[in-house]
Amino acid sequence: MKKLSWFNLTTLTLGFAFLYIPMIVLIVYSFNGGRLVTVWAGFSTKWYGTLFHNEAFLDAAWVTIRVAVATATLATILGTLAGYVLVRGGRFWGRTLFSGMAYAPLVMPDVILGLSLLLLFKVMFGSMGMTTIILAHTTFAMCYVSVVVSSRLLSFDKSLEEAASDLGATPFDTFMSVTLPIIFPAVLSGWLLAFTLSLDDLVIASFVTGPGATTLPIKIYSAVRLGVSPEINALSTIMIGIVTVGVLTASLINKRKVVQRLKDEKTAN
Amino acid sequence: MAQSPRPSSSPTNVFAPWNDPNAKPLIQFKNVTKRFGDFTAVDDLTIDIYEREFFALLGPSGCGKTTLMRMLAGFESPTEGSILLGGQDIVPVPPNKRPVNMMFQSYALFPHLTVWDNIAFGLRRDGLGKDAINDRVKEMLRLTRLDKFAKRKPHQISGGQRQRVALARSLAKAPKLLLLDEPLGALDKKLRNETQFELMDIQEKTGTTFVIVTHDQEEAMTVASRVAVMDHGKMVQVDTPAGIYEAPNSVYVADFIGDVNLIEGNAKVDGNTVSIHFAEGAAPITAVCERPIADGQRVSYAIRPEKISVNREPLDDRANHVKGKIEDIGYLGNVSTYHVRLPSGELVSALMTNSRRLARRDFTWEDEVWLSWTDTAGVVLTE
Repeated sequence: MKKLSWFNLTTLTLGFAFLYIPMIVLIVYSFNGGRLVTVWAGFSTKWYGTLFHNEAFLDAAWVTIRVAVATATLATILGTLAGYVLVRGGRFWGRTLFSGMAYAPLVMPDVILGLSLLLLFKVMFGSMGMTTIILAHTTFAMCYVSVVVSSRLLSFDKSLEEAASDLGATPFDTFMSVTLPIIFPAVLSGWLLAFTLSLDDLVIASFVTGPGATTLPIKIYSAVRLGVSPEINALSTIMIGIVTVGVLTASLINKRKVVQRLKDEKTAN
Repeated sequence: MAQSPRPSSSPTNVFAPWNDPNAKPLIQFKNVTKRFGDFTAVDDLTIDIYEREFFALLGPSGCGKTTLMRMLAGFESPTEGSILLGGQDIVPVPPNKRPVNMMFQSYALFPHLTVWDNIAFGLRRDGLGKDAINDRVKEMLRLTRLDKFAKRKPHQISGGQRQRVALARSLAKAPKLLLLDEPLGALDKKLRNETQFELMDIQEKTGTTFVIVTHDQEEAMTVASRVAVMDHGKMVQVDTPAGIYEAPNSVYVADFIGDVNLIEGNAKVDGNTVSIHFAEGAAPITAVCERPIADGQRVSYAIRPEKISVNREPLDDRANHVKGKIEDIGYLGNVSTYHVRLPSGELVSALMTNSRRLARRDFTWEDEVWLSWTDTAGVVLTE
């Protein structure tokens, strides 16, 4: 291992401190025994206990997970199709408009997106609920998926699809048996991205939410307005834990795959 | 650049359906033009390719050879004209419905499938039974000597093996026509030579018609029954390798295939003998020419280096003799190329076999030598 120079070491430390000190503070205080969030009163895990008996939080978590799964799945299907058409469709009529429209939600302020969706759903459905949150989240998560998928497709050897077609596969068969399996890692990371985006969205969800459809971010936000309780620190710590484990496993799997492939190629040549 | 024996119905009968007026061509291009915007890739091209042929499309990059092949596979459709396969117009037929398979330059092996599944891919689309597929895949693995690698993924085998998987996959469906797009481009020279003979062997065994695209003239000469030399979307010459090499129809072909000396001069015709006056005060070159040439016409005389003999004295049995001075010797071991400067300024290269060992070699730099060749050794070209 190479030793870092003192300059690099300092910048690295400062960078990490900037990113992670807030989270570390939050994690530490989730084990605070006292009722006051800012005053340390000894180590305790009691807030984790009360958290698991808090029906409102558990309901919100369950809603959030269902919304996130549905959103990720819908957004992945639509985003993959959009990305595929944009990369493979050639210069069809209206392509520039379509690509602009597909990527617009990336730069659109959440408040405006939320407001416009609120107006639309009011006209369409009259009332709000879980469905409207799923639809709203799909709208903005889908363009992230299509960005991920289309960037993967750009580096995809087109002759693979030609070969499939040459061997007798119909366009749909080609997509299902050749294109999709090869771009699957990108589709999967698109799914995870959409899942995370939906999981932590507050602004859009608060516009289109309705009775019985309170997501965790909305719940946390409204609870914090009444004062930060140590329970919320505990909840946040759990969420950080879940995300960390997810990211670590994903990168470990990825790394092992790369290592395995390099080894295979070495033995082959 | 020896020509290999081609498949034939009997040993005395040479395979040459293109000379048989009754032979039915497998593929017919009829006045095919392909344009990409302003660029004309293929220009009003008409050609017949026959069954069991090993047909090579040869030319520099951008000459339209790949476009021609992609039109056969169905990935491009002609702007004008028609393409017939077995007498049937295939232009409206999509690639997945054509009895044509292609071996891609990049091999295009499916990275997520094993060698076995790659080869079985096309067979599964044909709706064959499981046993039929198994038998056929096994046969293909045997043909390409890949039996041991059936369970491997493409990234777990070497380049040469990948190339054989691509070949096996494209042959598995027993296509009427196999297209090979620069199939050996990614292999090193030794492996390429081996594979060329392997390809010819497989072509003979399966009786499939092969159309190969290449920019490597040696490869085209080795494998093909006929070679088509293309330039700017047109066929410049279509002939057997020997025909292309020994009787090029233009300066372009003569120059593209192998090494050649080109000497320009004015023709003086006497029956079927032509005298070419190429320089003031130099004796004219005598050549036999089958093509009609006008008296006084400007012509190019093309002669291959190996047809010219380098000696101390002029050889009396040859029609042409020129004196010159050796300027350079390129020693290749088996042969040596002599670059000889003529008094009139032309630089002529001549190739001699090194039948003697180094110490006994006759000539060295600055030596005065005589170049001799017969009147049929070169070709008179008008374009």
